[in-house]
Amino acid sequence: MKILTGNDLASGDVIWWAGDGWSRQVSDAVDVGTHGDDLARAEEAALRVVGAYVIDATLGEDGVRPAHIKDRIRAFGPTVRPDLIEQPTEADIGKWVI
Amino acid sequence: MYRYDSYDQAIVDARVEEFRDQTQRRLTGALTEDQFKPLRLMNGLYLQLHAYMLRVAIPYGTLSGKQMRKLGEIAGKYDKGYGHFTTRQNLQYNWIKLADAPDILAELATVEMHAIQTSGNCIRNISSDQYAGVSADEVADPRPWAELLRQWSSFHPEFTYLPRKFKICVIASDDDRAAMRLHDIGLKLVERDGVVGAEVYAGGGMGRTPMVAPLIRDFVAEDEIISYLEACLRVYNRYGRRDNKYKARIKILVHEIGVEEYKRQVEDEFAHMRELGLNPPVEELARIRAFFAAPAYESGLSDEIDRSNRAFALWVDRQVAAHKAPGYAIVNISLKPIDGIPGDASAEQIGLVADLAEAYSFDELRVTHAQNLVLPHVKKADLFAVWQKLVAAGLAEANLDLITDIIACPGLDYCALANARSIPLAQKIAARFAAAERQAEIGELKLKISGCINACGHHHAGHIGILGVDRRGVENFQLLLGGSGAEDASLGQITGPGFSEDGVVDAIEKVTDIYLAERESGERFLDTYRRIGMKPFKEAIYG
Repeated sequence: MKILTGNDLASGDVIWWAGDGWSRQVSDAVDVGTHGDDLARAEEAALRVVGAYVIDATLGEDGVRPAHIKDRIRAFGPTVRPDLIEQPTEADIGKWVI
Repeated sequence: MYRYDSYDQAIVDARVEEFRDQTQRRLTGALTEDQFKPLRLMNGLYLQLHAYMLRVAIPYGTLSGKQMRKLGEIAGKYDKGYGHFTTRQNLQYNWIKLADAPDILAELATVEMHAIQTSGNCIRNISSDQYAGVSADEVADPRPWAELLRQWSSFHPEFTYLPRKFKICVIASDDDRAAMRLHDIGLKLVERDGVVGAEVYAGGGMGRTPMVAPLIRDFVAEDEIISYLEACLRVYNRYGRRDNKYKARIKILVHEIGVEEYKRQVEDEFAHMRELGLNPPVEELARIRAFFAAPAYESGLSDEIDRSNRAFALWVDRQVAAHKAPGYAIVNISLKPIDGIPGDASAEQIGLVADLAEAYSFDELRVTHAQNLVLPHVKKADLFAVWQKLVAAGLAEANLDLITDIIACPGLDYCALANARSIPLAQKIAARFAAAERQAEIGELKLKISGCINACGHHHAGHIGILGVDRRGVENFQLLLGGSGAEDASLGQITGPGFSEDGVVDAIEKVTDIYLAERESGERFLDTYRRIGMKPFKEAIYG
């Protein structure tokens, strides 16, 4: 699947396109098919996102998983600061990233 | 320390208000990201992996207690409670909101700080020796020179859009603690016939094409240094390649046209510059130098240190360096706890070091390119009290220049450019070699990790260097041996095929085992490597 990500213009937070708006959780990301680039342009013009780009991801038992480690770290947070991660309660989250 | 005059303060205050307006225009859509990006970068604001990152300039790595305290306050108020000290002697905040950035810059301006010259193709923040002014072996304090260069280079209209970024370093000792020859221009202050001037090195750097800067002039007098550097920059600005960013640094120009031809062109330009009378008036140099006068050291102090506490004695042996004034010492504060993140400090730790600087170090501290801190003027009689406070704050690791004193860039945990994570690897290596006795047995070993080829972690200059690369989406680590950023500068050589994260830790252990087996009396790791060469290490690593 193709998903759309970027950073919230004002806060800089990593955000994921959830179909009807942006979410902080990659698990909310939806397949944007071939519309990702158009969506990115429109959302950037609407000042809701900066640096938007389309990435490959898979949808499996553990939810939406970006294909590249860089985007998994963006989804997760710095692997060396477990106190700052997005989903600190998930025991297996480290394996999900690597 | 240098203090702003009304011109300095007015410039910085005006810059804050300008950026406030630019930020507001971005948030309301009057500026597109393409228009805004170069403006925010000129104010040190990057967009990184997780958020905006603000890089704050710490000119030549020198701070007052008040400035340090402000850095801690900002970490607590606007970030997630910590900051990251970098190999450029700067500080980075990782979690900045765009709307907060102007307020942060305004707060910095209240303590004579800013984020100018921390990004873009300009002359960047000037770096220097963390022992400047307190080392017994320096010919002069390099900081007045560094400050002069800061004033000359700030908003220099001719050098604001260079082919690429430009880094200058000033040292004044034979011991190079600032990786001077790995800068675009390095100045080493020297004395010739009773006159202080500078040896000038040009064309060094790390990144994808590492080079050690060659000497291009044996001596430039202090009253001509600005004209000479103008000449160096003019030749670079004219002929540096703007068609390819990977070939745009001055090191490529010097390499491509040759050292002699570059020198010749600089000398021609220098002869022209001399006629223009651009050198700063001697009175200005004297004005700047007065800010760096030695503090009022007490006389008659004892050099004795009570070593009855063993942990304290070990810390003194490793972290305390000789000071030029009797009864005083230089204290190195490690930001490399075994299970910590190299260069990171919490808001509370930053505040504590500010307190220590005020109470025990004439209100002054330094940031080192090795991502540690320094209290430059501590009475030996106060060392135990300082140590106790550092212990309580988790800042008393005794590992300066040992294998766990690792330089590591933020890597893929934070950086949008990185290919691999540097910090978890640094933590694994530190854990493997955590035993103090083992570290002491290995002795001086500078280990440096970069998460990509841009080399912010100085891997080329590590006795052991590690470069993280991306192998089809999987982190992989190349191992280098034999680099040095010191006065014996050299570039590390790659051992061979790369490793997984655990594999490179094992390889480092094999490398240190070979060193311990082969070393001769008094040899550091680097000395043994240079004597016996790469072959025995390769055989041990790859079999």
